[in-house]
Amino acid sequence: MVPARRCLLSLSSSSSLRPSLAKAFVSASSSPRSYSSPAAPTTKRKLNLPIDLNASSYLAQTPQQALSLPELPDSVKSSKTKRLNLYQAINDGLSTILETDPKSLIFGEDVSFGGVFRCTTTLLDRFGSQRVFNTPLTEQGIMGFAIGLSGSGYTALPEIQFADYLFPAFDQLHNEASKWRYRSGGAESFNSGNLVVRMPCGAVGHGGLYHSQSPEGFFLGMQGVKVVIPRGPIQAKGLLIAAARAGDPIVFMEPKILYRGAIEEVPVGEYELPIGKAEVLQKGKDVTLVSYGTLVYTCEMAAKAAKEKLGVEVEVIDLRTVHPWDKKTVVDSVNKTGRCVVVHEASRTGGIGESVGAEVQERCFLRLEAPVTRITGWDTPMPLVFESLIVPDVARIFDGIKRVIEY
Amino acid sequence: MLARSLRSPRLLAAPLRSQFVAAAPKPLSLRTVTTDAASASVGAVPSDAEQPFTVTLPNEVFEAYELDAPSRQLEVTKSQLRQMYFHMTSIRRMEMAADSLYKQKKIRGFCHLSTGQEAIATGIEHAITKEDAVITAYRCHGFAYLRGSTVKAVIAELLGRKDGIAYGKGGSMHMFCKGFYGGNGIVGAQVPVGAGIAFAMKYEDKPNTCFALYGDGAANQGQVFEAYNMAKLWDVPVVFACENNKYGMGTASNRASALTEYYKRGQYIPGLKVNGMDVLAVKQAAAFAKEYAVSGKGPLVMEFVTYRYGGHSMSDPGTTYRTRDEVVNMRSTQDPIQGLRKRILEWGVLTEDELKQVDKEARQLVDKEVVEAEESPVPDTNFETLFKDIYVPGSEPRWTRGRTAEETHYY
Ligand SMILES: Cc1ncc(C[n+]2csc(CCOP(=O)(O)OP(=O)(O)O)c2C)c(N)n1
Ligand SMILES: [Mg+2]
Repeated sequence: MVPARRCLLSLSSSSSLRPSLAKAFVSASSSPRSYSSPAAPTTKRKLNLPIDLNASSYLAQTPQQALSLPELPDSVKSSKTKRLNLYQAINDGLSTILETDPKSLIFGEDVSFGGVFRCTTTLLDRFGSQRVFNTPLTEQGIMGFAIGLSGSGYTALPEIQFADYLFPAFDQLHNEASKWRYRSGGAESFNSGNLVVRMPCGAVGHGGLYHSQSPEGFFLGMQGVKVVIPRGPIQAKGLLIAAARAGDPIVFMEPKILYRGAIEEVPVGEYELPIGKAEVLQKGKDVTLVSYGTLVYTCEMAAKAAKEKLGVEVEVIDLRTVHPWDKKTVVDSVNKTGRCVVVHEASRTGGIGESVGAEVQERCFLRLEAPVTRITGWDTPMPLVFESLIVPDVARIFDGIKRVIEY
Repeated sequence: MLARSLRSPRLLAAPLRSQFVAAAPKPLSLRTVTTDAASASVGAVPSDAEQPFTVTLPNEVFEAYELDAPSRQLEVTKSQLRQMYFHMTSIRRMEMAADSLYKQKKIRGFCHLSTGQEAIATGIEHAITKEDAVITAYRCHGFAYLRGSTVKAVIAELLGRKDGIAYGKGGSMHMFCKGFYGGNGIVGAQVPVGAGIAFAMKYEDKPNTCFALYGDGAANQGQVFEAYNMAKLWDVPVVFACENNKYGMGTASNRASALTEYYKRGQYIPGLKVNGMDVLAVKQAAAFAKEYAVSGKGPLVMEFVTYRYGGHSMSDPGTTYRTRDEVVNMRSTQDPIQGLRKRILEWGVLTEDELKQVDKEARQLVDKEVVEAEESPVPDTNFETLFKDIYVPGSEPRWTRGRTAEETHYY
């Protein structure tokens, strides 16, 4: 449980986080000028103000809001809620999986101590070291073992310490996991288990080249694997539990800046949220804003500004599953609005935006009033001092909305 | 065991002491090689600072695998000893400066210090030439400085400033200079790269070697073993050098490695375990390794037994997975700098006052360069800086896209 407090999401805000291994990654403090000097005063800023997650309508701030989510099963709608942040909700989801699925196992580097971001904290004590255990530093091995386990009917829940370290394991995922069903002719005996690879992803303001990457775009060429990126605690818990029962190999990327930043009332019971389905976070008739993960909150602010300053009504969609993403929800929306802006912090080239843009122009061509526009990271590695320049901010997204409106 | 218990779900409900925890972890490799930093004997010490004299290292500095251990006698001069002391002290000071800048929140994110491990960078540097190469992972500040970068460039990089090695775009882990191939954030990836660097040396018939360093944790990455095999197959003059500081993040080496005798892990490659707290032992072993590799005998696997005083990184207090006593004990009794200091005094190489002078020089050097680093401007927030060094200059695409049309960078 976490106390209610003001939670700012900003690469240029300072925060009051508990010291721990995670501290370095989530207490972001940077500005476009210097990554370590205090941010410029916000008084003159109009759009890029600190984002208060406790004010976001995309997070359930009250138990009523949490329990009224339409996707929740009835059994949960009458249950209680608990105030959790993202890492606690993931921890909650993982314990639900361990409790309900006797063949589920968690392993990874330092996971039995709770992991760098505390997601697996207390699980060793509660479930024992046969089910929660540390591995050596060996990503390719971790992934291979996980695939073998899941191929033998287990639910393997390996953790890759950072999404940046996924690449040594990438071959195993691509050439073994993703094609296993296909190349075994769908044989049930090889595809009876589950595989969810969890990993923290995204920028925090000072992770730099190897600790702030968003590699989800690489998966677009990998068929057979699904990639899920939750935006907050409720989503994370439900999507994680669903992923662990889905049968397909699932890459579960957790935006690390939200681990402590995103807090909401989370239903205590067991529930699943649908994999492969986007969610319309707010309705609007003029522009469709497509995003996922951390940036949905930046989109919320940009949509608000667009309403106030331009009188534009923006429909905001959280993809949730970024590969294969929910074409119907997006296409239906763009057919209504005629304008589409895709927002993510991963590089522009090779990003999810390319895929969304291509599909939308093909499926909504005659309805489009403006070119599909992407507001994304730059096509550069993630430079330490320029993280806050890479990640789209409210002004950039606002500008994208303005451009498609004025086109 | 795993399978049997899984067939009976009832068993699983209770937290089990399993094989992973209950089974006694494999004993730490018997450390017959000690980490004593101060003993060694010496004959008559000449008065001339440049005249070599012989030092005999104690019995326990080396342990060899499929190899005749190097001689425990080495020639040094007074000025070399002074320089080694200066180097280790400067690295310690530089790391302490980084520590303090981190605590002032001027350095953010990652910062991995090598306090306690200074003898390894120093001993190796004193055994090789600038034509040789070194590559390591993220614990790299000392290596970068000794290889020819400056304290200023290292600290400026950590601070994210223009005078940093990559103009602040890399930060900790990203230190490079001629003969030093980084600072690598992906643990283990540097090992086959190091073998490739040495392969180029062999190809060009150069009398040089590459030291590819990695930790006891990194030693378990698959690519390390791929590199071993290729290097042995082609007699590549690479020295695989494991800095065994007993932990990889929070995991003790014996909980992550089935064989903790890292110097034997090359199996078909001879190995040498070295007291990594004794800078003279490191120097002698590194000189031996270079000679071995360059002579055409192929690779060697080394293990430097050492200890990191601090946590894994600045956000790890380093006390949850090891006892405070252990840290205090290593610091107070096996410190590489104090060890060399003691010998320098005992052997009459320098007086107490002269040593204080060296301490002062190191402090002044680091203080001055840290000030300069702090004065260095933040990198220009322009396209040139941001898009620089992605492609070979002149070979860039006509443009690289930013987020908006206006941000697109034209080369
Ligand atoms: C491929 C990859 N996996 C995981 C990590 C995270 N990580 C960084 S350092 C480290 C431990 C390394 O331990 P060791 O090799 O013993 O080096 P030491 O820190 O002791 O110098 C881990 C797991 C990483 N940087 N890269
Ligand atoms: Mg180590």
